Amino acid sequence: MRRLIYILPVVAFAALAAYFYLSLSRDPTALPSAMIDQPTPTFTLAGLSDQPGLATSELAGQVALINFFASWCVPCRAEHPLLMSVPRELGVPLYGINYKDKPEDAARFLAELGNPYSRIGADRDGRVGIDFGVYGVPETYVIDKAGRIRLRHVGPLTPADVAKEIAPLVQALKGP
Amino acid sequence: MIAELGHFALALALVLAIVQAIVPLYGAARGEAALMALGGSTAIGQFALVALAFVALAHGYVTSDFSLATVMDNSHSTKPLLYKITGVWSNHEGSMVLWVLILTLFGAAVAWFGTSLPPDLRARVLAVQGMIGAGFFAFILFTSNPFLRVSPAPPDGNGMNPILQDLGLAIHPPFLYLGYVGFSVSFSFAVAALIEGRVDAAWARWVRPWTLAAWCALTIGIALGSWWAYYTLGWGGWWYWDPVENASFMPWLAGTALLHSAIVVEKRDALKTWTILLAIVTFALSLVGTFLVRSGVLTSVHAFALDPARGAFILLLLVIAIGGPLILYAIRAPSLQGGGLFAPISREGALVLNNLLLATGCATVFIGTLYPLFLDAMFGEKVSVGHPFFDRTFVPLMVPLLIAIPFGPLLGWKRGDLLAASQRLLVAAGAAIAVVLALFLLVNPAAVLATLGLGLAAWIASGSLVEWSERVQLLRAPLKDTLARARHLPRATYGMTLAHLGVAVTVAGIAASAWESERIELVHPGDSVAIAGYDLRLDKVESVEGPNYTADRGTVTVTRNGAPVTVMYPEKRFFTVQRTPTTFTAIRTNLLSDLYVTLTDGDGKGAWTLRVFQKPLVPWIWLGCGVMALGGLMSLSDRRWRVGAAVRRTRVAAGASADD
Repeated sequence: MRRLIYILPVVAFAALAAYFYLSLSRDPTALPSAMIDQPTPTFTLAGLSDQPGLATSELAGQVALINFFASWCVPCRAEHPLLMSVPRELGVPLYGINYKDKPEDAARFLAELGNPYSRIGADRDGRVGIDFGVYGVPETYVIDKAGRIRLRHVGPLTPADVAKEIAPLVQALKGP
Repeated sequence: MIAELGHFALALALVLAIVQAIVPLYGAARGEAALMALGGSTAIGQFALVALAFVALAHGYVTSDFSLATVMDNSHSTKPLLYKITGVWSNHEGSMVLWVLILTLFGAAVAWFGTSLPPDLRARVLAVQGMIGAGFFAFILFTSNPFLRVSPAPPDGNGMNPILQDLGLAIHPPFLYLGYVGFSVSFSFAVAALIEGRVDAAWARWVRPWTLAAWCALTIGIALGSWWAYYTLGWGGWWYWDPVENASFMPWLAGTALLHSAIVVEKRDALKTWTILLAIVTFALSLVGTFLVRSGVLTSVHAFALDPARGAFILLLLVIAIGGPLILYAIRAPSLQGGGLFAPISREGALVLNNLLLATGCATVFIGTLYPLFLDAMFGEKVSVGHPFFDRTFVPLMVPLLIAIPFGPLLGWKRGDLLAASQRLLVAAGAAIAVVLALFLLVNPAAVLATLGLGLAAWIASGSLVEWSERVQLLRAPLKDTLARARHLPRATYGMTLAHLGVAVTVAGIAASAWESERIELVHPGDSVAIAGYDLRLDKVESVEGPNYTADRGTVTVTRNGAPVTVMYPEKRFFTVQRTPTTFTAIRTNLLSDLYVTLTDGDGKGAWTLRVFQKPLVPWIWLGCGVMALGGLMSLSDRRWRVGAAVRRTRVAAGASADD
């Protein structure tokens, strides 16, 4: 009986190691999306305070990025500096969907870090997020000219993500 | 050429580490002195080689050799020299080189200072160090080679993440690693003891200073990290229960427990198997800390290496490095018989309580850190565990621990007298109640928790001083005797008192944060913001040029009742290479409170956002950590670590009759 106590640590560690192994084999940022190559969900969102809002119709006929963000989300803060330069570098508009957030908090967030978005829709109850299948903020989507979702990126963008994943796709979608 | 030399030195160090892992162990088993002694030379040799590799890498950074991949990715020719040097370890590859540099430094230190160790114990300890080294050298050489060349070399580098260009963060990893890696020595001692099947007071006496040294460094490292988060992130917070922070906090909690339980092994020959387990777990948590940050198992704001391939390698290392000793523990620990018996109310009992609470606290942090990942892995559910969880679980565990601090040292070994201890602590209780009443009546009756927290701090501080005054017979013996006693008290005793006072200071700083005030205002130049009796006027905002950034610098004049206090210069910096804006916080401290100002974009029409905090006692949080570390260093300078420890009791396990 006494011996069992001494075996306990190694058993607990074995369980933990197995769990680590499992979580290693899955890439936390590559979540499959049922929405890939599907049309963008239809939505019409009001803007933050008196700003213009965002609706599906505005996305038509252009390659665009949609970024879900919130002022309460720390990774959003981490990716934000990168977002500031992405629309200019890729030459496509970046639309923001402010997810489950208070407009005044979002406004403060943007006042502090800058506003990279051409337009922002306020998804206060997260309904549009559900339509997109958002797991958690931040998430970034690439939309093609026909209004279909072509790429979904979960989690904060890094310069490597933009360079390796998003920029080539955007260039291909924009065409010659 | 120099880089290739560094690469070659690392490869050679791997060979030496493998030799060191095998030969001394074999020598110790066979009793061959020459083979056992080999470990000392290889340990020193490894350190020299890794130092060479480190210098070679630093040379690449300082001379901006962009043909090296890590330099290209993480440096830039316009970066100030200081950050070129600290840039060596602010990336994955370089930080691993720093890791092994410190590991081999400790290995060499054991070889140097351990000449009076029993040769077989020294050989085994060094062999275990060699095994750890071999694993990490292989990791660096096969998955994270810092000397990888790129061809053709680009004209300039990509620059460092600007948030890392900061003195506090630059010196934070070396301290953190000194702590993490320092625990490898207690780990090696524990594994060596398991191999030998023998743990005694002499063993504990050898382990304690190494644990103490690592603990001091880790304390400073964590404090620096917290301080950095405080002044760079611009949110005014100093601890976020972020997984990366928790990764450094868990070894600290376990290490603190180890520090205390090793006392019982040394003085009373009890708690042996528990201490061995703690030594293993503490280093395991340090490894997991490295693993969590580097593997991508965790994604966090300031994790700077995310790579699953490396993760698989580290996991394998972990399984060998932790699983192996734990199996050894399961086999050998039951035969390690403890000596001294003790009553529940005794110094030993108090230290057991300390260990139980610290270990449970550590487990809580562990669960809080991993549970969200676990849920995600198993059920695809995303939950976030933050302040509320830790406030409700960790804090209630720490409160009894803090209350118990003054009791422990006043209880006698074997059987203590709780009543007598309580009577002596009446003064401390009085002080605590006085503080609570004064704050309640004079400051703010609404902030109950803050008030009680400061009362707790007063209790710990005065309780620690009571213990000291008991020892020196203050006011009871003639002053001359008291002074003589104070002079002759061992430094380790002063170290303990200082460390406990440091805890009190930190607790006060944490508790007082409930009184902070915050204002966020959109202001035009000329406008003022009033906070806690201060008036802050934004005089102007002008553009300034830094070495590798441009900034909007605000000039904020602070007055109190019309009298000038200071001028502060918060900046909004824009790093040109990375195209990244950061906030540069202006902080004015008088050690009793901080004024904290950040400047951010306004409405684009000439107005700016000023975020102002007034934070009472916040510097005490880090000050207290400094005092704790100072206490540790004071204890480390005690001469009993240097004399008398060489003599080991006879090979017969001491006190083999009783159970622990």
